Amino acid sequence: MTSQYTIANRLGLHARAAAQMVKAANRFTSEIRVKSGDREVNGKSIMGILTLAAVQGSLIVLTVEGPDEKEALNLLGNLIMGKFGEE
Amino acid sequence: MAGEETKTPLVQLKGMGVSEGVALGPIYLLERERVAAPHSRILPEEAEAELARFKKALTATQRQLELIKKRIQTEESRDLQYIIDAQVLILKDVLLLQGTEDGIRQGLNAEWALELVRDRIKTVFEHLGDEYFRERRSDVDYAVERLLRSLLKRRVESIEDVKGNMIVAARDLSPADTAQMVHSRVIGFITDMGSKSSHTAIMARSLEIPAVVGLKNVSQLVKTGDVVAIDGFTGEVVINPDAATRQRFAELKKSFRSYQTQLPRYRRLPAVTRDGSPVRLLANIELLEELGAVKRYGAEGVGLYRTEFLFMNRKDLPTEEEHYQNYRKVAEAVFPRPAVIRTLDIGGDKFVSQLELAPELNPAMGLRAIRFCLKEPKIFKTQLKGILRAGELGNLKIMLPMISGVEEVRAAREIIEEVQAELKKDRARFASGIPIGIMVETPSAVAAADLLAREVDFFSIGTNDLIQYSLAIDRANAAVSYLYEPLHPGVLRMIRSVADAGRAQQIRVAICGEMAGDPFYTAVLLGLGLEELSMSPYSIPRIKRMIRMIDQVEARNLADRLLGVPTGSEIASLLTKKMEEWFPDFRSDQVFYKTSLDDELTKGVKDAEHDTHLGISSRRTSG
Repeated sequence: MTSQYTIANRLGLHARAAAQMVKAANRFTSEIRVKSGDREVNGKSIMGILTLAAVQGSLIVLTVEGPDEKEALNLLGNLIMGKFGEE
Repeated sequence: MAGEETKTPLVQLKGMGVSEGVALGPIYLLERERVAAPHSRILPEEAEAELARFKKALTATQRQLELIKKRIQTEESRDLQYIIDAQVLILKDVLLLQGTEDGIRQGLNAEWALELVRDRIKTVFEHLGDEYFRERRSDVDYAVERLLRSLLKRRVESIEDVKGNMIVAARDLSPADTAQMVHSRVIGFITDMGSKSSHTAIMARSLEIPAVVGLKNVSQLVKTGDVVAIDGFTGEVVINPDAATRQRFAELKKSFRSYQTQLPRYRRLPAVTRDGSPVRLLANIELLEELGAVKRYGAEGVGLYRTEFLFMNRKDLPTEEEHYQNYRKVAEAVFPRPAVIRTLDIGGDKFVSQLELAPELNPAMGLRAIRFCLKEPKIFKTQLKGILRAGELGNLKIMLPMISGVEEVRAAREIIEEVQAELKKDRARFASGIPIGIMVETPSAVAAADLLAREVDFFSIGTNDLIQYSLAIDRANAAVSYLYEPLHPGVLRMIRSVADAGRAQQIRVAICGEMAGDPFYTAVLLGLGLEELSMSPYSIPRIKRMIRMIDQVEARNLADRLLGVPTGSEIASLLTKKMEEWFPDFRSDQVFYKTSLDDELTKGVKDAEHDTHLGISSRRTSG
């Protein structure tokens, strides 16, 4: 399953947001890939996510494959669209 | 330790004071240099044991960090908790674990394998274009360093090891170090690296511990036990102070303490000269976090809110709503006092990624500030809409930067009128008669100040840029930096003529450059005819103190006299002489801590009663 998002929170996928995303991703057994520009990284790796350097306004593509892909994509998508709880 | 006379020579350093206060005490040198990890080959049959050793060290390190995180579960340190969280996640990262495991299986010992992986990951970070993300390589470093120490069974020294009241010296402090400050008995910080916005600085300010950063090599000059004296306001650091210096800092510390206890009362005193002329003291800020200091230090409003921060570190542009929310917070925090919002003051060079503009050879004189905004009216309008809507409370003002003549003011006004018409059409609530002022920072604006004064509601003199532009100094060229003279006759004459032009049209004239926050210049500025000074909030008490000692008539006479002196250095020495004569204990940057405020405060009770007559309402809300 693939879905596309725009990073809307002010700080982008900075340390705090990346940590939230990685923690959420690690709750699933599915394989999770995150793509921004021409870089694609493991969605369960915080260093991978940080090296995407996704600032506000960046377009990212989530690809999730596995038994719990639906739930995973749902949760991750909500996190991104909910701006990671930033004001 | 502290009592003995040290044989090592006294060393004087000057860094950046990022958290005010004074400390005198022994150093605790926090060594954060890389541990030297042995690199060796292992046999295939040893791989499992090596892996087990690695995993054991990993668990121990993760536990250490979790423990640190638990100890800082307070509201204020939430940001730090997230950072430590990220470090824990780095230690659980499959990139790091898998990479190290692969190395071990290929016959490297754990330390070697780990270092190889770290270096590979760091290279990726080093090539990132965005500064924030590039800097995350230091998080990787901190986490891996901890792990390496655990592998080598070396303890990680921590701030919690600090016994007694000591001043911590380090090359740099990691977020984990900073987090432990909360529970330590550290009385001061000095570091080689750092800036006003680094974690150490922010944390030191919130804990009210003096800190000086950017000292370049202080961690190599000191060892644990050396005595050091630091002033977190001026950035002065003295290693191995002699008896006289110790005495000076001990006194400074005492005065600083009484200064702090008196601050809440002192901020209610009006800024009036000895002979009764009121002066308005305002704060220059750029972050919303500084709004607390605006109140705490007794500013009568915000004289300069720099809005560039809203545009930094992002790919897209801020929306009208983001502008609105941001300015609204400023307006509400200072209400009913005024806040001056300066429109975007950066150049096209900062927008290369968003607008694909060509890089400029001399951006200081290029397409920046108002020029850029007039060229890109869409960006300008979005910001203006935000300001006008946030101005609904009636206390915001708009300030246009880098104005060189009347045409730019008229063009900007036209756009503001268009924006108001659009807002009206959308039935939005906004400030209709918002005051519009300009920064006076180009020589042409000074020369045409009388014409400009008829077109705007206020002036604010930006001395930093004005000095640079009028003396034609290239900031990047060290060979001409000696020309940067705030007391140059040309500069003083310009300030006087702008003040006169403002008075003739009955508009307010403020000054918001660095000169405004230095008590050495206060008498001159008042003498030149300025009645509004805008500065870093932390400088306000000392400037107020100065103002309350100055006689406006004498200051006027002094300024008149200085205007007839032909060179900047002669003006400076005459001014120094005069200041020492008027205020015998005068030392330009320390006058405040040195003087007790007690008599001032007793006198102040009477002054406060006159507040209303002077047009300055006393502050009843304490923040």
